[in-house]
Amino acid sequence: MGNQEAVKPKKRLSNSNLLFLIAGVIFVLMYVAAIFIYPESFLQFQTFFDLFNNNAPLIIMTLGLCIVMIGGGIDISIGSVCGLVTMVCAVLLESGIGSVLGAWSVLGAILLAIVTGLAFGLLHGYLVAYLKIQPFIITLAGLFLANGLMTTIHKDPINVNNVYFKSLMEPLKHPDLGTVNRHNVFIPFEIKQGVIIALVLVGLLVVLMKWTRFGRNVYAVGGNSQSALMLGINVKRTVFFTYVICGLTAGIAGFVWLLSTGGANVGNAAGFEIKAIASAIIGGTLLNGGVGNLLGSPIGVVTLGTINEVIRVADIPSNFQTIISGLMLYLFIVLQSIVMSLRSGRKFRIDLPPWLKPPWLRNRKKEESQEMKK
Amino acid sequence: MQSEKIIEMEGICKSFPGVKALSNVDFALRKGEIHALMGENGAGKSTLIKVITGVYEKDAGRIVIDEKPIHFKSPQEAQNSGIGTVYQEITLCPNLTVAENMFIGRGRNAFVQWKEMNAKAAKLLSSLGIPASPTQELSSCSLAVQQMIAIARAVDMDCKVLILDEPTSSLDEDEVKKLFELMRELKARGVGIIFITHFIDQVYEISDRITVLRNGELIGEYAVSELPQIELIAKMMGKTLDDVTKIRKHEPVTSKASIPVFESKALSSAAGVRPFNFTIQKGEVNGFAGLLGSGRSESARAIFAADKVTGGEVKIKGKRVKIKTPLHAMKQGIGYLPEDRKGDGIIDELSVRDNIILALQVMKGFFKPFSRKQAECFSDEFIKSLKIKTPSVNTPISSLSGGNQQKVILARWLLTNPGYLILDEPTRGIDVGTKVEIQKLVIKLAEGGMSLTFISSEIDEMLRTCSRLIVMKDREIVGELAGMNVTEHDVMHAIAQGGER
Repeated sequence: MGNQEAVKPKKRLSNSNLLFLIAGVIFVLMYVAAIFIYPESFLQFQTFFDLFNNNAPLIIMTLGLCIVMIGGGIDISIGSVCGLVTMVCAVLLESGIGSVLGAWSVLGAILLAIVTGLAFGLLHGYLVAYLKIQPFIITLAGLFLANGLMTTIHKDPINVNNVYFKSLMEPLKHPDLGTVNRHNVFIPFEIKQGVIIALVLVGLLVVLMKWTRFGRNVYAVGGNSQSALMLGINVKRTVFFTYVICGLTAGIAGFVWLLSTGGANVGNAAGFEIKAIASAIIGGTLLNGGVGNLLGSPIGVVTLGTINEVIRVADIPSNFQTIISGLMLYLFIVLQSIVMSLRSGRKFRIDLPPWLKPPWLRNRKKEESQEMKK
Repeated sequence: MQSEKIIEMEGICKSFPGVKALSNVDFALRKGEIHALMGENGAGKSTLIKVITGVYEKDAGRIVIDEKPIHFKSPQEAQNSGIGTVYQEITLCPNLTVAENMFIGRGRNAFVQWKEMNAKAAKLLSSLGIPASPTQELSSCSLAVQQMIAIARAVDMDCKVLILDEPTSSLDEDEVKKLFELMRELKARGVGIIFITHFIDQVYEISDRITVLRNGELIGEYAVSELPQIELIAKMMGKTLDDVTKIRKHEPVTSKASIPVFESKALSSAAGVRPFNFTIQKGEVNGFAGLLGSGRSESARAIFAADKVTGGEVKIKGKRVKIKTPLHAMKQGIGYLPEDRKGDGIIDELSVRDNIILALQVMKGFFKPFSRKQAECFSDEFIKSLKIKTPSVNTPISSLSGGNQQKVILARWLLTNPGYLILDEPTRGIDVGTKVEIQKLVIKLAEGGMSLTFISSEIDEMLRTCSRLIVMKDREIVGELAGMNVTEHDVMHAIAQGGER
């Protein structure tokens, strides 16, 4: 039956890896360009590390969000949950209980962060997976709930002065390594604890998504949940756990936030769900689900961070940061859809509504349809 | 050679509210045979399959598999007992690799052993001759290969029975050939295959045995070699004439001089119907005849622009017009009563009144609503004239019977006073009395000067109402029959011959 010669497929990257590769290449190109334009800032290694130092909570949040998005859902509560966690942890550390517990108070704060995040994750997961409610609406409710709780617990900014927590906040430094900044001050090399937590989580979750049954089930459900059901996958349970993981990472992100800023106030992480969604998309996770690589989340975050850094160094007013981030996002989404439609063998055409179409395009369309007839 | 039976079904009955989907059907599948299950739409093929695979529970009857009586409660259970099903739509995940699609959802291991899985998949793929690599993403495979991967998955689950529900409808000729090779290979291994398709030629190419169903009843089981095509078609369509009042059909309109109400040249649509020419005169009733999937509905939908029109030109009363959307068609006085009453026609939540005035409202524009009184006046008129049985005009349409729902939709179109009305399967799933009423109405409307196209799976209905039949096969017009003396035999002959071309 001539099976031997038949098997010779072209080697092709999967969509997830392709989009991840594009994200990586764009980040590198952008960073190299930044080095050429502003060498005094971007040639310093610390600038690169600071991208991570400043964005560790966002990276952690984005990881969980990516998992939900790969499973075909969305979670817009993560920013508020993260902010709520910073507040409850700070209140705990500064309260009477915190001082009674001593060193254990730090552990208590970690547990509290995890429990708070998990609680939201469990609630959202249950409502979305088992009651089949639109994830957007459910997590919007979660956003309000977490936000309201945060302002109710404590209105004023808190600075954490708990000694044990303070000692944990110390970044890892190396006195001899380091760089000189543009004001000719020597800055020693430093990496915050949060970055290490973020990197460990990246490693763990990448393994989860690539090498475990659960991870592959998430991809299957995001790709086509009806098919996944027919293939014998427990779709509800899979979706449920994506939200649980997302809640958990939002909680951890809150703790890391507190760890890197040492203070909580009601504005913490406000609007970060949007930044996380943007980072996830830039990192190559599709909103439709089923496509994405978790390594793309840190890349997406630092790409956004680089844009902001360039704008800061160039002394452009900060409101332009948001404008340019917005424009970048448009660019990425259009680019992704072009790449995806080219891959699926469709010809890419810019389709305009008929009333917007210039006359020369109208004619071309007619010719095309006549050709098709032949 | 009497081979052993894998599945034996006896006296299977299944009814849904208002419909008897299967009554007393027997079916048997033997080891290593390809058994085609044939029948027109609504004949009960898919219901029978769903009873086997545990999607539906049977009301009565006995299913014996491997000499053990069984009673599946879910598709999963059927799968575990060795019954693999491959549906018309591919139920795999496009974003996973080929190997993953074959093994996902089966193991109990928490971790994925990629190497082992790929090796197993490669072995299986090459043993079945499927041209795909295990590490390839499924979406990069052609539809046929995807279909075969779905089959490979079923085969690897040690299936004894493989059910293929219209596997070829989205495949081209080469792909069908590959699929058939695979089916023959499986047959040689002793797998019993149930094959459902609308393509008669394919049945004759690959099957060993045919079971024909019609209206939920078993017509018979035949060896392929003993059943000529034309007899199969006759059996599928059924020749029993309802012994109802003879409906008088009038002479075909022959005045060639008059300008046709509707005329199309080389009209084609995105739904894949071949470019066709079509005309209809004032007061004429004609119809598209053919088996299901022959392109009858697609042609009607192309005329109404319900599918995207991709070419051809259209003249209405001799004037060239552009019809790009159903709204254009409606403004030109064309009405279309869709085949899928539930999906395309009725709007469940709305009342009878709102359903009736819907089309007229769309034409008038949504910003100029009818007054309640006006709407009720319209509705009352049609409820009376069409004898719609409804408690009141405000009753939600979903609580009416199928026949009455159909009449409501008919009323909707009559209210717009179309010059040309297309009725696609208006009599499906409704009782005999209402069927006759609708047929009579068609004749009456034509006498009043309306042009109608009447499409039905029941050929005798079309013969009674239409003065001209356009015969279709495989999405192409293959003939035309006109006059008073056309018989069912002529129609079947035209269909059967059309294929030999």
